[in-house]
Amino acid sequence: MTGLVLRELRLAAAGGAAFLPLVFFLLVATLFPFAVGPDGPLLARTGGGALWMAALLAALLPVDRLIEPDRAAGVLDQLALRGMSEEMVALAKLAGHWLSFGPPLMLAAIPAAALMKLPADVLLRLELGLLIGTPGLAALTLGVAALTAGLRRGGALAGLLMLPLAVPLLIFGAGYLERGGGSGALQWLGAISLLLVAGAPFVAGAAIRASRD
Amino acid sequence: MSLLALDGIACMRGGRLLFEGLDLRLEAGGAALVTGPNGAGKSSLIRLAAGLLRPAAGTVDRAEAALADEHPALDERRRLGDSLAFWVGDPAPGIEAMGLAPLAGMPVRILSTGQRKRAALARVVASGAPLWLLDEPANGLDSDGQKRLEAAMAAHRAAGGAIFAASHQPLALDGAQSVALG
Repeated sequence: MTGLVLRELRLAAAGGAAFLPLVFFLLVATLFPFAVGPDGPLLARTGGGALWMAALLAALLPVDRLIEPDRAAGVLDQLALRGMSEEMVALAKLAGHWLSFGPPLMLAAIPAAALMKLPADVLLRLELGLLIGTPGLAALTLGVAALTAGLRRGGALAGLLMLPLAVPLLIFGAGYLERGGGSGALQWLGAISLLLVAGAPFVAGAAIRASRD
Repeated sequence: MSLLALDGIACMRGGRLLFEGLDLRLEAGGAALVTGPNGAGKSSLIRLAAGLLRPAAGTVDRAEAALADEHPALDERRRLGDSLAFWVGDPAPGIEAMGLAPLAGMPVRILSTGQRKRAALARVVASGAPLWLLDEPANGLDSDGQKRLEAAMAAHRAAGGAIFAASHQPLALDGAQSVALG
């Protein structure tokens, strides 16, 4: 199990695959001020939501490298042969994927917030929201990656599958930025994220088993 | 107890019945060789025995097994030795048996088809599992590779292991049960 988590981290680091969502996230943060203009108050008001959207789209990028290469190479078969359940494999992959996705994204949010001229308290809420929301995003990515593994042009389908499911995370993540602690948005974000994290290993496990037939 | 017991196995693939009523027992030191034309279900039978496919009917009971099929399941970017060590505690016996020692430090991505096949077989040899499931183990192997494979299989059976192999190429397995499909 630990070996599998470490392997996932190694795969993410290999060839800079883990940096792709990060660079994408920062790129959106850089482009957004160009699009809406250098109006500080407007940027500060809309920037947080834009960063949540960027995080959501960045979460979509690793979808084709999480499950499909291991399925095609027979790694998932060899793990099954060793008596490891598909759900455990998915859980290990989820842990490894989040470690290579969540914390780097939270780090990247600091320069991104500066580009958006976000005030310090909003940045703090963004970081807290990302800490709670990125496990849910990672779980969605994993589930969708398993569902689309083995399909041709699965990447395009993955976007269509994943983005609607990520809407609640976006609503409560961005809502918490604006309204703060009293609104209950953070609690909702946590509840949805927890639900996704708890459900994704079972969805992914069943999808991996189904892909063998 | 048998190392592999198949009872009344039937296999459906894509709505088509490939075979049914298949029984097989493998004891320590035993071997079975599955033969048949392309598409007869040789690989499916191996995957059924591995537990990766569910039989349409019948039961599969097996001891701890190691599988070598057409997928090497090795990380392309890592060195061969490290990549094998992810799967088996000590890959040295397998690397030795399949003559891969000079390649152990090479990254997996530069290996040829035959070398990858040797690597997959090396994992089986080093696994220590009593039952070997081999799907077309001689595919892509040169004559030296085939000799090493046959020597490793003989040594495994002499040590009380069992081998369940599917091959369309001649494979030296003395006294193996024959399972003809199709």
